[in-house]
Amino acid sequence: MTESIGIVLGKLAFVLLFVLNFGGVLTWVERKQSALMQDRIGANRAAIFGFRAIGLFHGIADAVKMFTKESFRPANAEKFIFTLAPAISVFFALIGFAVIPFGDKLLLGGTEINLQLAPLNVGVLYLFAVAGMAVYGVVLGAWASRNNYALLGGLRAAAQMISYEVALGVSIFGCIMIYQTVDLQEIVRWQGGYWGGWLPAWGVFLQPVGFILFLTVGIAETKRIPFDAPEGESEIIGYNLEYSGMGFGMFLLTDFIETVMIAAITVTLFFGGWQVPYLMPDGFHFPWGGTVELANWAVAILQVVSFTFKVIFFLWLQMTIRWTLPRFRYDQIMRLGWKYLLPISLANIVITGFLILMLK
Amino acid sequence: MMHIFRDLQKELGDFVYDAYTHHGDAVAIIDRKAIHEVCSYLRQQKNFDFLFDLTCVDYPDRTPRFEVVYQLHSFATGERLRLKVPVDERDPQVISVSDIWDIANWYEREVWDMFGVRFKGHPDLRRLLMYDEFKGHPLRKDYPITRRQPLVGPDKTNNSVISPTLEQSRQAMDEYVTEENGLKVKHMFLNVGPSHPAMHGVVRIVVELDGEKVVGSDLGIGYLHRSFEKHSESIYYNGVFPYTDRLNYVSPLINNVGYALAVEKLLGIETTERCKFIRMIMCEISRIADHLTCIGAMAMELGAMTAFLYFMEAREAMYQLIEEVTGARVTISYVRVGGVKSEFPDNFEKRVRLQLKSVEEQIDQVHRLLTRNRIFVDRVRDVAVISLDDAISYGFTGPMLRACGSDYDVRKQFSYCNYDQIDFEVPVGENGDVFDRYLVRMEEIEQSIRIIDQAFEKMPAGAIMVDFEGQEIPADKMADLGKFGQTSGLLNQVAVTDPTLLGSNAAFHSQVYTADKRVALPAKEKTYGSIEGLINHFMLIMEGYGIRPPGGEAYVPVEGANGELGFYVVSDGSDKAYRVRCRPPCFSFVAGFSKLIQGGQLADIVPAFGSINMIAGELDR
Repeated sequence: MTESIGIVLGKLAFVLLFVLNFGGVLTWVERKQSALMQDRIGANRAAIFGFRAIGLFHGIADAVKMFTKESFRPANAEKFIFTLAPAISVFFALIGFAVIPFGDKLLLGGTEINLQLAPLNVGVLYLFAVAGMAVYGVVLGAWASRNNYALLGGLRAAAQMISYEVALGVSIFGCIMIYQTVDLQEIVRWQGGYWGGWLPAWGVFLQPVGFILFLTVGIAETKRIPFDAPEGESEIIGYNLEYSGMGFGMFLLTDFIETVMIAAITVTLFFGGWQVPYLMPDGFHFPWGGTVELANWAVAILQVVSFTFKVIFFLWLQMTIRWTLPRFRYDQIMRLGWKYLLPISLANIVITGFLILMLK
Repeated sequence: MMHIFRDLQKELGDFVYDAYTHHGDAVAIIDRKAIHEVCSYLRQQKNFDFLFDLTCVDYPDRTPRFEVVYQLHSFATGERLRLKVPVDERDPQVISVSDIWDIANWYEREVWDMFGVRFKGHPDLRRLLMYDEFKGHPLRKDYPITRRQPLVGPDKTNNSVISPTLEQSRQAMDEYVTEENGLKVKHMFLNVGPSHPAMHGVVRIVVELDGEKVVGSDLGIGYLHRSFEKHSESIYYNGVFPYTDRLNYVSPLINNVGYALAVEKLLGIETTERCKFIRMIMCEISRIADHLTCIGAMAMELGAMTAFLYFMEAREAMYQLIEEVTGARVTISYVRVGGVKSEFPDNFEKRVRLQLKSVEEQIDQVHRLLTRNRIFVDRVRDVAVISLDDAISYGFTGPMLRACGSDYDVRKQFSYCNYDQIDFEVPVGENGDVFDRYLVRMEEIEQSIRIIDQAFEKMPAGAIMVDFEGQEIPADKMADLGKFGQTSGLLNQVAVTDPTLLGSNAAFHSQVYTADKRVALPAKEKTYGSIEGLINHFMLIMEGYGIRPPGGEAYVPVEGANGELGFYVVSDGSDKAYRVRCRPPCFSFVAGFSKLIQGGQLADIVPAFGSINMIAGELDR
């Protein structure tokens, strides 16, 4: 724990840029992937000096628009909270990434760098806490708008996110019972083993039910289709109804960041985080006997790349789900959460515990 | 029909002034004092369970001045009866029948709004299409068509127009409504529309919410009122077609056909066989486009954007076909009294079959995306349910009624355009919920494809452009020659026109137009090449000499994409219609919408509204 300020700032910059860029690129992915699924071309008009770069500049154009657009505040709105709410929302979405490990240890000039921003030994609890706070931005923003539609959206958001928080926590207890730790870096290291010498010991193989539950609940936490009742743009227009300009942009960004967040947590808990199959700290050791020696920095890069690709896979999966399914109704979301997801999660804990005791 | 006249004379003979059949429709003239009795007698004893239209005609020169028209239908016998009630100008009042049929409530409001005829005992006689501050009754003959009443004027700067409603709802929201388990409950009033993403077109719903549950609601329409009926009285018969395009603008061809059939019934003419099939095919293509739009839009509002875009792609294929034939996508103005504007272009049948195949593929995809999707089914099953009796009382027709279990379809009941020669089925639902409406529409698309298939087979072969050497001449050149009197030989030449105007030249003219000279413009060659043709053309085109049906009235229903679309045309023998009444199918759905969403969730409004497929153009006219 003796990393210098410079290294910490470097990691901070890396994580922040990683996340924000992913959030920005996701707006492009959302446009292009939906276009691909719907036999359209998708946004491709934004150009810099005539270069269109298959629509990649649309993210930039969006940002410019959001920043330069008037941030309108209704006359009746609660001024302070109305202004603060989007910031709360985006802040809590961002700080969650502090505990996500994106690589093992990197040796740089004799110092050992832990590729995780904040090596908390209660990482999972920290994530829950942050996710629990995220709802405040939405609810406060909706309430402060003094708009009936926004209020309905805020109420839905509060009910939905608090309900799903319960299932979210319970759905990964099974994992924690197996890993015997709540430190995310340790959890990833735990998944470095192999069964039968070849199958990576990833959480998804131990907790398939837990994985599906977690992903479902996670998507619900991002408030995107099919769980976008708080926004429900064709019904109640949403909690962010009165926001414009960057206030709106921050709510939008929060959704995307949360999407990345859910993908990152899923990867960390169930898909071995930064683990690359058969990659040891000194290189590849294949189960059929071959070895490829690699320097420490090469291993670190491979790990970060592996983590990134796994995250991208889950982003793709979430986008596909988002553009395939219609929206749940508010009461159906509640029923799904309390009557199905929570009991199944609890049953999952009991069965996991039973199996652990049996196998001991 | 005679037995009904007989029974009516026997039971309520004192109040029946006259009973006769006119253009095949049974008509009875009833004393206004007895209209309620007559209606309840007909409904209870004679099975006339369906009030499909209620309107009024203004005759300023007559005493009594107004004539309120009730149109009844019996599902049991398939018979129709038109009741006319003369109403005097000095005391324009009729007894309301809104307790007999729910739909009468809105029809009577419209008649009050448009003609100033009051309905005694009506629970809520407000203006319907016009705004509250409107002065006068626009469909009265003495209301000049050019008079403007701007809503925002110098005397209306104080915003008094909107604030009472807002103030009322604010007051209402401050009051506790009920007390449950010691908790005081306030209801929230939410203004859904007129500009709201789910209110396609513009309609306003004020909902009273208990949490997310809809406790009460009221609808406001008229935001797209463009005085269709008033305009139709001020223009010659063929000039109305562009206005009908703008009724249901998703399937304008059906409106065209409906209006043309009504005028043709007045004239007592029939169009050619081929023309009937052309009309049928174009109607079915429009119906497919309409159903695709309806289902697609409903899916989109439920968040299933992908299904929406698949259907938009299929609709695009339909629009391309329509464009090929008519030259336009939406404002097609294709049909004429006595015919259609043009012949199908070459190889049209082949392209239709090709496009329909792509529609079928998209339907398959959407079945996979929605019909077997648990989330979608949960959102639409048992939502916005209405019983068959209520649906009839509210005057529902089309897919909405068929989803409740009735098999009423105008194409089967009152066949027009040779639909009786076609073998097709009428899909019928069971539960009357949104899911059944969705399934009925999906199935109707497939049936429409079947109809088009058969129509192409049964259709008599069309003319072929005869291509003699040197005989062809561009139509505009022909017009120039004709104007300068160089007419020798023009009669035997063929005018070459734009593909969407094939039909105005002799080769195709007799295929798509009736031979009746009172109605059909002569072919271009005849106009420019012969004096008879020129005079005929002149008589039809010049002001005051157009199509002049004999005095009388006719109502013709057609099966619009949403249900029964009827035109009630009254003629006084001049070249302009005396009164054109359009019975818009979605009017009754919107009138019954409060019933549909009562007790449901706020989120249910969206699929419910999607399923009624309200088209503001035809709702507000």
